[in-house]
Amino acid sequence: MTAPAFARDYRLTGAESGPGFAHAEWYASPVPRKRMKELMKRSDRAGLIDFGLWAGLTIAFGALLIWVWGSVWAWPVALVYGVLYASGAESRWHEYGHGTPMRTRWMNDAIYQLASFMSLKNPVLWRWSHARHHTDTVIVGRDPEIAFPRPPSLLNWALNLLHVVATGKEMWKSLRLSAGLLTADQKDFLPQSERPKAFRAARAHLGILILAGIAANLLGSWLPLVLIGGPTFYGSWLHHVMATTQHAGLAEDVPDHRLNSRTILLNPVFRFIYSNMNYHVEHHMYPMVPFYNLPALHEDIRDDCPRAYPSLLAAYREIVPAVIRQQTDFNHYVRRPLPAGAGPTPAYQRPLIAAE
Amino acid sequence: MPNWIRACAADEIEEEDLIRFDHDGRTFAVYRSPDSEYFCTDGLCTHEQVHLEDGLVMDYVIECPKHNGQFDYRTGEALRTPVCVNLTTYPAKLENGDVLIDIGETG
Repeated sequence: MTAPAFARDYRLTGAESGPGFAHAEWYASPVPRKRMKELMKRSDRAGLIDFGLWAGLTIAFGALLIWVWGSVWAWPVALVYGVLYASGAESRWHEYGHGTPMRTRWMNDAIYQLASFMSLKNPVLWRWSHARHHTDTVIVGRDPEIAFPRPPSLLNWALNLLHVVATGKEMWKSLRLSAGLLTADQKDFLPQSERPKAFRAARAHLGILILAGIAANLLGSWLPLVLIGGPTFYGSWLHHVMATTQHAGLAEDVPDHRLNSRTILLNPVFRFIYSNMNYHVEHHMYPMVPFYNLPALHEDIRDDCPRAYPSLLAAYREIVPAVIRQQTDFNHYVRRPLPAGAGPTPAYQRPLIAAE
Repeated sequence: MPNWIRACAADEIEEEDLIRFDHDGRTFAVYRSPDSEYFCTDGLCTHEQVHLEDGLVMDYVIECPKHNGQFDYRTGEALRTPVCVNLTTYPAKLENGDVLIDIGETG
Protein backbone atom coordinates (compact mmCIF):
# COMPACT_ATOMS: atom_id res chain seq x y z
CA MET A 1 0.00 0.00 0.00
CA THR A 2 1.34 3.41 -0.93
CA ALA A 3 1.67 5.67 2.07
CA PRO A 4 0.04 9.02 1.38
CA ALA A 5 2.29 12.03 1.54
CA PHE A 6 -0.58 14.22 2.70
CA ALA A 7 -4.33 14.44 2.88
CA ARG A 8 -5.55 16.78 0.19
CA ASP A 9 -7.08 20.15 0.89
CA TYR A 10 -10.62 20.19 -0.47
CA ARG A 11 -11.46 23.72 0.64
CA LEU A 12 -12.14 26.17 -2.16
CA THR A 13 -9.94 28.71 -0.47
CA GLY A 14 -7.29 26.27 0.74
CA ALA A 15 -3.84 25.26 -0.40
CA GLU A 16 -5.09 23.52 -3.55
CA SER A 17 -7.60 26.12 -4.69
CA GLY A 18 -5.64 27.06 -7.76
CA PRO A 19 -6.94 27.43 -11.30
CA GLY A 20 -9.56 24.88 -12.19
CA PHE A 21 -10.20 23.13 -15.44
CA ALA A 22 -12.56 25.79 -16.75
CA HIS A 23 -10.39 26.39 -19.76
CA ALA A 24 -9.20 22.83 -20.07
CA GLU A 25 -10.31 20.54 -22.80
CA TRP A 26 -12.67 18.02 -21.21
CA TYR A 27 -13.23 14.85 -23.11
CA ALA A 28 -16.54 14.51 -24.93
CA SER A 29 -17.51 11.42 -26.88
CA PRO A 30 -18.18 12.42 -30.48
CA VAL A 31 -21.83 13.02 -31.30
CA PRO A 32 -22.76 14.68 -34.60
CA ARG A 33 -24.25 18.15 -34.17
CA LYS A 34 -27.50 17.15 -35.86
CA ARG A 35 -27.96 14.25 -33.47
CA MET A 36 -26.99 16.36 -30.47
CA LYS A 37 -29.64 18.90 -31.41
CA GLU A 38 -32.21 16.11 -31.36
CA LEU A 39 -31.00 14.93 -27.98
CA MET A 40 -31.03 18.44 -26.50
CA LYS A 41 -34.55 19.07 -27.72
CA ARG A 42 -36.94 19.86 -24.88
CA SER A 43 -40.52 18.90 -24.51
CA ASP A 44 -43.09 20.43 -22.20
CA ARG A 45 -45.09 17.25 -22.71
CA ALA A 46 -42.29 14.97 -21.47
CA GLY A 47 -41.54 17.32 -18.59
CA LEU A 48 -45.16 17.68 -17.56
CA ILE A 49 -45.75 13.92 -17.66
CA ASP A 50 -42.80 13.38 -15.32
CA PHE A 51 -43.65 16.28 -13.04
CA GLY A 52 -47.35 15.48 -13.06
CA LEU A 53 -46.74 11.84 -12.15
CA TRP A 54 -44.30 12.74 -9.40
CA ALA A 55 -46.38 15.58 -7.95
CA GLY A 56 -49.60 13.55 -8.30
CA LEU A 57 -48.17 10.52 -6.50
CA THR A 58 -46.65 12.68 -3.78
CA ILE A 59 -49.92 14.52 -3.17
CA ALA A 60 -51.92 11.27 -3.28
CA PHE A 61 -49.69 9.57 -0.71
CA GLY A 62 -49.68 12.76 1.39
CA ALA A 63 -53.48 12.70 1.41
CA LEU A 64 -53.44 8.99 2.25
CA LEU A 65 -51.05 9.70 5.10
CA ILE A 66 -53.42 12.28 6.55
CA TRP A 67 -56.23 9.75 6.26
CA VAL A 68 -54.42 6.87 8.00
CA TRP A 69 -52.58 9.07 10.50
CA GLY A 70 -52.73 7.53 13.96
CA SER A 71 -53.02 3.98 12.67
CA VAL A 72 -50.27 1.44 12.03
CA TRP A 73 -50.72 2.07 8.30
CA ALA A 74 -49.19 5.50 8.72
CA TRP A 75 -45.70 3.95 8.83
CA PRO A 76 -45.59 2.29 5.40
CA VAL A 77 -47.52 5.16 3.82
CA ALA A 78 -45.07 7.66 5.31
CA LEU A 79 -42.19 5.60 3.95
CA VAL A 80 -43.53 5.86 0.40
CA TYR A 81 -44.57 9.50 0.82
CA GLY A 82 -41.17 10.40 2.22
CA VAL A 83 -39.28 8.79 -0.66
CA LEU A 84 -41.51 10.45 -3.25
CA TYR A 85 -41.25 13.82 -1.52
CA ALA A 86 -37.59 13.92 -0.65
CA SER A 87 -35.73 11.55 -2.97
CA GLY A 88 -37.95 12.69 -5.84
CA ALA A 89 -37.30 16.33 -5.00
CA GLU A 90 -33.54 15.80 -4.77
CA SER A 91 -33.34 14.65 -8.36
CA ARG A 92 -35.82 17.22 -9.64
CA TRP A 93 -34.01 20.01 -7.91
CA HIS A 94 -31.04 18.91 -9.97
CA GLU A 95 -32.81 18.45 -13.29
CA TYR A 96 -34.88 21.61 -13.26
CA GLY A 97 -31.88 23.53 -11.96
CA HIS A 98 -30.16 22.64 -15.21
CA GLY A 99 -33.21 24.09 -16.93
CA THR A 100 -33.42 21.23 -19.40
CA PRO A 101 -36.67 19.28 -18.93
CA MET A 102 -39.23 21.87 -20.07
CA ARG A 103 -39.17 23.96 -23.20
CA THR A 104 -41.08 26.68 -21.33
CA ARG A 105 -38.42 28.21 -19.18
CA TRP A 106 -40.54 29.58 -16.35
CA MET A 107 -41.83 26.09 -15.64
CA ASN A 108 -38.27 24.84 -15.13
CA ASP A 109 -37.63 27.69 -12.73
CA ALA A 110 -40.88 27.24 -10.80
CA ILE A 111 -40.31 23.51 -10.27
CA TYR A 112 -36.71 24.23 -9.33
CA GLN A 113 -37.87 26.57 -6.55
CA LEU A 114 -40.38 24.01 -5.27
CA ALA A 115 -37.92 21.09 -5.35
CA SER A 116 -35.22 23.22 -3.72
CA PHE A 117 -37.44 23.82 -0.72
CA MET A 118 -38.48 20.18 -0.56
CA SER A 119 -34.84 19.11 -0.47
CA LEU A 120 -33.97 22.00 1.85
CA LYS A 121 -31.40 23.40 -0.53
CA ASN A 122 -30.89 27.10 -1.04
CA PRO A 123 -31.85 27.56 -4.71
CA VAL A 124 -29.41 30.39 -5.37
CA LEU A 125 -26.41 28.97 -3.57
CA TRP A 126 -26.86 25.52 -5.06
CA ARG A 127 -27.31 26.80 -8.60
CA TRP A 128 -23.90 28.40 -8.41
CA SER A 129 -22.34 25.55 -6.50
CA HIS A 130 -23.60 23.11 -9.08
CA ALA A 131 -22.34 25.24 -11.96
CA ARG A 132 -18.87 25.00 -10.42
CA HIS A 133 -19.32 21.24 -9.99
CA HIS A 134 -19.87 21.01 -13.73
CA THR A 135 -16.95 23.29 -14.55
CA ASP A 136 -14.48 21.51 -12.30
CA THR A 137 -15.96 18.08 -11.70
CA VAL A 138 -14.07 16.36 -8.86
CA ILE A 139 -11.19 18.81 -9.11
CA VAL A 140 -9.76 19.16 -5.63
CA GLY A 141 -9.90 22.69 -4.29
CA ARG A 142 -12.38 23.76 -6.97
CA ASP A 143 -15.42 21.49 -6.86
CA PRO A 144 -17.66 22.36 -3.86
CA GLU A 145 -19.69 19.16 -4.29
CA ILE A 146 -17.09 16.44 -3.75
CA ALA A 147 -19.13 14.08 -1.59
CA PHE A 148 -16.29 11.63 -0.95
CA PRO A 149 -13.11 13.53 -0.12
CA ARG A 150 -10.31 11.18 0.85
CA PRO A 151 -10.50 9.76 3.43
CA PRO A 152 -14.27 9.45 3.03
CA SER A 153 -16.28 9.61 6.24
CA LEU A 154 -18.21 6.37 6.49
CA LEU A 155 -19.99 7.68 9.58
CA ASN A 156 -21.26 10.69 7.66
CA TRP A 157 -22.41 8.43 4.85
CA ALA A 158 -24.40 6.28 7.27
CA LEU A 159 -25.88 9.29 9.06
CA ASN A 160 -26.94 10.72 5.72
CA LEU A 161 -29.23 7.78 5.16
CA LEU A 162 -31.42 9.88 7.45
CA HIS A 163 -30.02 13.04 5.87
CA VAL A 164 -28.72 14.02 9.28
CA VAL A 165 -25.38 15.52 8.30
CA ALA A 166 -26.56 16.93 4.97
CA THR A 167 -29.67 18.57 6.36
CA GLY A 168 -27.82 19.70 9.45
CA LYS A 169 -25.37 21.46 7.16
CA GLU A 170 -28.18 22.90 5.04
CA MET A 171 -30.08 24.18 8.05
CA TRP A 172 -26.92 25.78 9.42
CA LYS A 173 -26.32 27.33 5.98
CA SER A 174 -29.90 28.63 5.93
CA LEU A 175 -29.55 30.19 9.36
CA ARG A 176 -26.30 31.87 8.38
CA LEU A 177 -27.66 33.02 5.03
CA SER A 178 -30.80 34.35 6.71
CA ALA A 179 -28.50 36.51 8.78
CA GLY A 180 -26.63 37.57 5.64
CA LEU A 181 -23.51 35.54 6.39
CA LEU A 182 -21.43 33.58 3.86
CA THR A 183 -18.48 31.24 4.35
CA ALA A 184 -15.22 31.82 2.51
CA ASP A 185 -15.99 28.89 0.21
CA GLN A 186 -19.44 30.27 -0.62
CA LYS A 187 -17.95 33.66 -1.41
CA ASP A 188 -15.63 31.88 -3.83
CA PHE A 189 -18.42 30.80 -6.18
CA LEU A 190 -21.38 33.08 -5.37
CA PRO A 191 -21.11 36.47 -7.08
CA GLN A 192 -21.90 39.59 -5.12
CA SER A 193 -25.00 40.33 -7.19
CA GLU A 194 -26.56 36.96 -6.30
CA ARG A 195 -26.03 37.11 -2.56
CA PRO A 196 -29.18 39.08 -1.61
CA LYS A 197 -31.25 36.51 -3.54
CA ALA A 198 -29.64 33.70 -1.55
CA PHE A 199 -30.41 35.50 1.71
CA ARG A 200 -34.06 36.02 0.74
CA ALA A 201 -34.49 32.37 -0.28
CA ALA A 202 -33.02 31.16 3.02
CA ARG A 203 -35.45 33.36 4.96
CA ALA A 204 -38.37 32.07 2.90
CA HIS A 205 -37.41 28.43 3.52
CA LEU A 206 -37.00 28.99 7.24
CA GLY A 207 -40.31 30.86 7.33
CA ILE A 208 -42.18 27.92 5.81
CA LEU A 209 -40.58 25.48 8.24
CA ILE A 210 -41.47 27.73 11.17
CA LEU A 211 -45.07 27.87 9.95
CA ALA A 212 -45.16 24.05 9.76
CA GLY A 213 -43.81 23.95 13.31
CA ILE A 214 -46.45 26.42 14.52
CA ALA A 215 -49.16 24.33 12.82
CA ALA A 216 -47.86 21.20 14.57
CA ASN A 217 -47.93 23.02 17.88
CA LEU A 218 -51.44 24.38 17.41
CA LEU A 219 -52.80 21.00 16.28
CA GLY A 220 -50.90 19.10 18.96
CA SER A 221 -49.74 16.71 16.24
CA TRP A 222 -46.49 15.90 14.44
CA LEU A 223 -48.41 15.50 11.20
CA PRO A 224 -47.62 18.94 9.69
CA LEU A 225 -43.90 18.31 10.16
CA VAL A 226 -44.17 14.75 8.87
CA LEU A 227 -45.74 16.21 5.73
CA ILE A 228 -43.53 19.30 5.30
CA GLY A 229 -39.84 19.46 6.13
CA GLY A 230 -39.68 16.12 7.90
CA PRO A 231 -39.59 13.99 4.74
CA THR A 232 -36.21 15.46 3.87
CA PHE A 233 -34.88 13.54 6.85
CA TYR A 234 -36.74 10.27 6.55
CA GLY A 235 -37.22 10.10 2.78
CA SER A 236 -33.90 11.08 1.21
CA TRP A 237 -32.23 7.74 1.83
CA LEU A 238 -33.04 6.26 -1.58
CA HIS A 239 -31.58 9.24 -3.39
CA HIS A 240 -28.54 9.06 -1.13
CA VAL A 241 -27.99 5.39 -1.92
CA MET A 242 -28.23 6.04 -5.66
CA ALA A 243 -26.29 9.32 -5.73
CA THR A 244 -23.38 7.75 -3.85
CA THR A 245 -22.53 5.91 -7.04
CA GLN A 246 -21.99 9.11 -9.03
CA HIS A 247 -18.34 9.73 -8.18
CA ALA A 248 -17.39 7.78 -5.02
CA GLY A 249 -13.97 6.16 -5.12
CA LEU A 250 -13.15 7.36 -8.63
CA ALA A 251 -10.33 9.53 -9.95
CA GLU A 252 -9.77 13.14 -8.94
CA ASP A 253 -8.25 15.87 -11.10
CA VAL A 254 -8.87 14.27 -14.47
CA PRO A 255 -10.62 16.14 -17.32
CA ASP A 256 -12.58 13.10 -18.42
CA HIS A 257 -16.01 12.28 -17.01
CA ARG A 258 -15.63 8.68 -18.12
CA LEU A 259 -13.00 8.31 -15.41
CA ASN A 260 -14.52 10.34 -12.57
CA SER A 261 -18.20 9.45 -12.93
CA ARG A 262 -20.28 6.26 -13.07
CA THR A 263 -23.14 5.17 -15.25
CA ILE A 264 -25.21 2.40 -13.71
CA LEU A 265 -28.29 0.62 -14.96
CA LEU A 266 -31.38 0.82 -12.76
CA ASN A 267 -34.93 -0.44 -12.79
CA PRO A 268 -37.65 1.92 -14.11
CA VAL A 269 -39.02 2.80 -10.67
CA PHE A 270 -35.63 3.92 -9.36
CA ARG A 271 -34.96 5.76 -12.61
CA PHE A 272 -38.23 7.64 -12.19
CA ILE A 273 -37.38 8.65 -8.63
CA TYR A 274 -33.83 9.51 -9.67
CA SER A 275 -34.70 11.24 -12.99
CA ASN A 276 -32.26 9.05 -14.93
CA MET A 277 -29.24 10.45 -13.11
CA ASN A 278 -27.84 6.94 -13.16
CA TYR A 279 -26.58 7.95 -16.63
CA HIS A 280 -24.10 10.16 -14.89
CA VAL A 281 -21.21 10.03 -17.33
CA GLU A 282 -23.57 11.10 -20.08
CA HIS A 283 -25.07 13.86 -17.94
CA HIS A 284 -21.70 15.38 -17.14
CA MET A 285 -20.43 15.06 -20.67
CA TYR A 286 -23.53 16.70 -22.15
CA PRO A 287 -25.40 18.53 -19.37
CA MET A 288 -27.82 20.14 -21.82
CA VAL A 289 -29.45 16.82 -22.66
CA PRO A 290 -32.73 16.49 -20.70
CA PHE A 291 -33.03 13.50 -18.42
CA TYR A 292 -35.57 11.75 -20.64
CA ASN A 293 -33.06 11.64 -23.51
CA LEU A 294 -30.14 10.30 -21.47
CA PRO A 295 -30.88 6.63 -22.23
CA ALA A 296 -30.67 7.44 -25.95
CA LEU A 297 -27.42 9.34 -25.45
CA HIS A 298 -26.11 6.37 -23.48
CA GLU A 299 -26.79 4.10 -26.44
CA ASP A 300 -25.07 6.52 -28.80
CA ILE A 301 -21.80 6.77 -26.88
CA ARG A 302 -21.61 3.50 -24.94
CA ASP A 303 -18.81 2.10 -27.10
CA ASP A 304 -16.66 5.08 -26.19
CA CYS A 305 -17.23 4.75 -22.44
CA PRO A 306 -16.34 2.28 -19.72
CA ARG A 307 -18.89 -0.46 -19.36
CA ALA A 308 -21.96 0.64 -17.42
CA TYR A 309 -22.48 -1.10 -14.09
CA PRO A 310 -25.32 -3.58 -14.45
CA SER A 311 -26.90 -2.71 -11.09
CA LEU A 312 -26.69 -0.67 -7.92
CA LEU A 313 -25.23 -3.71 -6.19
CA ALA A 314 -22.47 -4.04 -8.78
CA ALA A 315 -21.47 -0.43 -8.21
CA TYR A 316 -21.41 -0.89 -4.43
CA ARG A 317 -19.22 -3.99 -4.82
CA GLU A 318 -16.62 -1.62 -6.21
CA ILE A 319 -17.30 1.41 -4.05
CA VAL A 320 -17.24 -0.23 -0.61
CA PRO A 321 -13.74 -1.75 -0.85
CA ALA A 322 -12.44 1.44 -2.46
CA VAL A 323 -13.68 3.81 0.23
CA ILE A 324 -12.52 1.45 2.96
CA ARG A 325 -9.04 1.36 1.46
CA GLN A 326 -9.08 5.14 1.09
CA GLN A 327 -9.36 5.42 4.87
CA THR A 328 -5.63 4.78 5.04
CA ASP A 329 -4.44 4.98 1.45
CA PHE A 330 -5.39 8.45 0.23
CA ASN A 331 -3.86 7.82 -3.17
CA HIS A 332 -6.08 4.87 -3.97
CA TYR A 333 -8.90 5.22 -6.48
CA VAL A 334 -10.78 3.03 -8.91
CA ARG A 335 -9.32 3.12 -12.40
CA ARG A 336 -11.97 2.78 -15.05
CA PRO A 337 -10.74 0.95 -18.16
CA LEU A 338 -11.75 2.51 -21.45
CA PRO A 339 -12.82 0.15 -24.22
CA ALA A 340 -10.56 -0.52 -27.17
CA GLY A 341 -10.90 2.23 -29.72
CA ALA A 342 -12.26 4.78 -27.23
CA GLY A 343 -11.09 8.35 -27.55
CA PRO A 344 -8.08 9.21 -25.40
CA THR A 345 -8.27 11.26 -22.23
CA PRO A 346 -6.94 14.77 -22.90
CA ALA A 347 -3.34 15.10 -21.80
CA TYR A 348 -3.97 18.11 -19.67
CA GLN A 349 -2.10 18.75 -16.49
CA ARG A 350 -3.67 21.04 -14.00
CA PRO A 351 -1.29 23.70 -12.74
CA LEU A 352 -0.90 22.05 -9.36
CA ILE A 353 -0.31 23.88 -6.17
CA ALA A 354 1.30 21.47 -3.75
CA ALA A 355 -0.33 21.17 -0.36
CA GLU A 356 1.81 21.48 2.71
CA MET B 1 -15.22 51.99 -39.12
CA PRO B 2 -17.16 48.97 -40.47
CA ASN B 3 -15.08 45.93 -41.24
CA TRP B 4 -17.35 43.43 -42.98
CA ILE B 5 -15.98 39.96 -43.51
CA ARG B 6 -17.53 36.77 -44.83
CA ALA B 7 -18.39 34.30 -42.07
CA CYS B 8 -20.08 31.51 -44.02
CA ALA B 9 -22.61 30.68 -46.68
CA ALA B 10 -26.14 31.36 -45.50
CA ASP B 11 -27.20 27.76 -45.93
CA GLU B 12 -24.36 26.45 -43.79
CA ILE B 13 -26.43 27.28 -40.73
CA GLU B 14 -29.72 25.53 -40.10
CA GLU B 15 -32.68 27.51 -38.85
CA GLU B 16 -32.60 27.97 -35.07
CA ASP B 17 -28.93 27.05 -34.90
CA LEU B 18 -25.44 28.53 -34.88
CA ILE B 19 -21.95 27.88 -36.11
CA ARG B 20 -18.54 28.86 -34.86
CA PHE B 21 -16.47 31.26 -36.89
CA ASP B 22 -12.82 31.96 -36.11
CA HIS B 23 -10.99 34.90 -37.57
CA ASP B 24 -7.65 36.49 -36.86
CA GLY B 25 -7.32 34.96 -33.40
CA ARG B 26 -10.90 35.81 -32.44
CA THR B 27 -13.85 33.49 -32.18
CA PHE B 28 -17.48 34.29 -32.95
CA ALA B 29 -20.87 32.61 -32.94
CA VAL B 30 -23.06 33.20 -35.99
CA TYR B 31 -26.78 32.46 -35.60
CA ARG B 32 -29.72 31.85 -37.86
CA SER B 33 -33.00 32.63 -36.15
CA PRO B 34 -36.28 30.70 -36.63
CA ASP B 35 -37.30 33.31 -39.22
CA SER B 36 -33.94 33.08 -41.01
CA GLU B 37 -32.42 36.31 -39.79
CA TYR B 38 -28.70 36.23 -39.08
CA PHE B 39 -26.90 37.48 -35.98
CA CYS B 40 -23.40 37.38 -34.56
CA THR B 41 -21.95 37.46 -31.05
CA ASP B 42 -18.68 36.70 -29.35
CA GLY B 43 -18.14 32.96 -29.36
CA LEU B 44 -17.33 32.47 -25.71
CA CYS B 45 -19.79 32.51 -22.83
CA THR B 46 -19.09 35.37 -20.44
CA HIS B 47 -19.38 33.04 -17.44
CA GLU B 48 -16.64 30.44 -17.87
CA GLN B 49 -15.43 31.15 -21.40
CA VAL B 50 -16.97 27.96 -22.74
CA HIS B 51 -17.55 28.13 -26.49
CA LEU B 52 -21.21 28.53 -27.42
CA GLU B 53 -20.91 26.49 -30.62
CA ASP B 54 -22.29 23.37 -28.92
CA GLY B 55 -25.09 25.28 -27.22
CA LEU B 56 -28.80 25.13 -27.80
CA VAL B 57 -30.64 27.78 -29.80
CA MET B 58 -34.31 28.11 -28.95
CA ASP B 59 -36.17 31.01 -30.49
CA TYR B 60 -33.88 34.01 -29.95
CA VAL B 61 -31.93 32.57 -27.04
CA ILE B 62 -28.60 30.79 -27.01
CA GLU B 63 -27.94 28.54 -24.03
CA CYS B 64 -24.39 27.77 -23.00
CA PRO B 65 -23.71 24.04 -23.34
CA LYS B 66 -21.97 23.81 -19.99
CA HIS B 67 -24.11 25.63 -17.44
CA ASN B 68 -27.29 26.65 -19.24
CA GLY B 69 -26.50 30.35 -19.00
CA GLN B 70 -28.74 32.12 -21.50
CA PHE B 71 -28.35 35.12 -23.76
CA ASP B 72 -30.60 36.88 -26.25
CA TYR B 73 -28.31 36.58 -29.26
CA ARG B 74 -29.95 39.57 -30.95
CA THR B 75 -28.90 41.95 -28.19
CA GLY B 76 -26.35 39.93 -26.20
CA GLU B 77 -28.39 40.43 -23.04
CA ALA B 78 -27.64 37.92 -20.28
CA LEU B 79 -30.97 36.32 -19.35
CA ARG B 80 -30.29 33.61 -16.81
CA THR B 81 -27.67 32.87 -14.19
CA PRO B 82 -24.93 31.79 -14.05
CA VAL B 83 -24.30 34.38 -16.74
CA CYS B 84 -24.37 37.95 -15.46
CA VAL B 85 -22.35 39.78 -18.12
CA ASN B 86 -23.82 40.50 -21.57
CA LEU B 87 -22.33 39.07 -24.75
CA THR B 88 -20.82 41.45 -27.27
CA THR B 89 -22.79 41.46 -30.51
CA TYR B 90 -21.73 42.33 -34.04
CA PRO B 91 -23.82 43.44 -37.01
CA ALA B 92 -24.56 40.68 -39.51
CA LYS B 93 -26.11 40.79 -42.97
CA LEU B 94 -26.82 38.60 -45.98
CA GLU B 95 -25.12 39.41 -49.26
CA ASN B 96 -25.17 37.21 -52.35
CA GLY B 97 -25.96 34.14 -50.28
CA ASP B 98 -23.19 34.77 -47.77
CA VAL B 99 -23.38 35.88 -44.16
CA LEU B 100 -21.18 38.90 -43.53
CA ILE B 101 -20.33 40.18 -40.08
CA ASP B 102 -18.93 43.52 -39.09
CA ILE B 103 -16.17 42.87 -36.57
CA GLY B 104 -15.16 46.50 -36.37
CA GLU B 105 -11.63 47.71 -35.98
CA THR B 106 -8.92 45.04 -35.90
CA GLY B 107 -5.54 45.11 -34.27
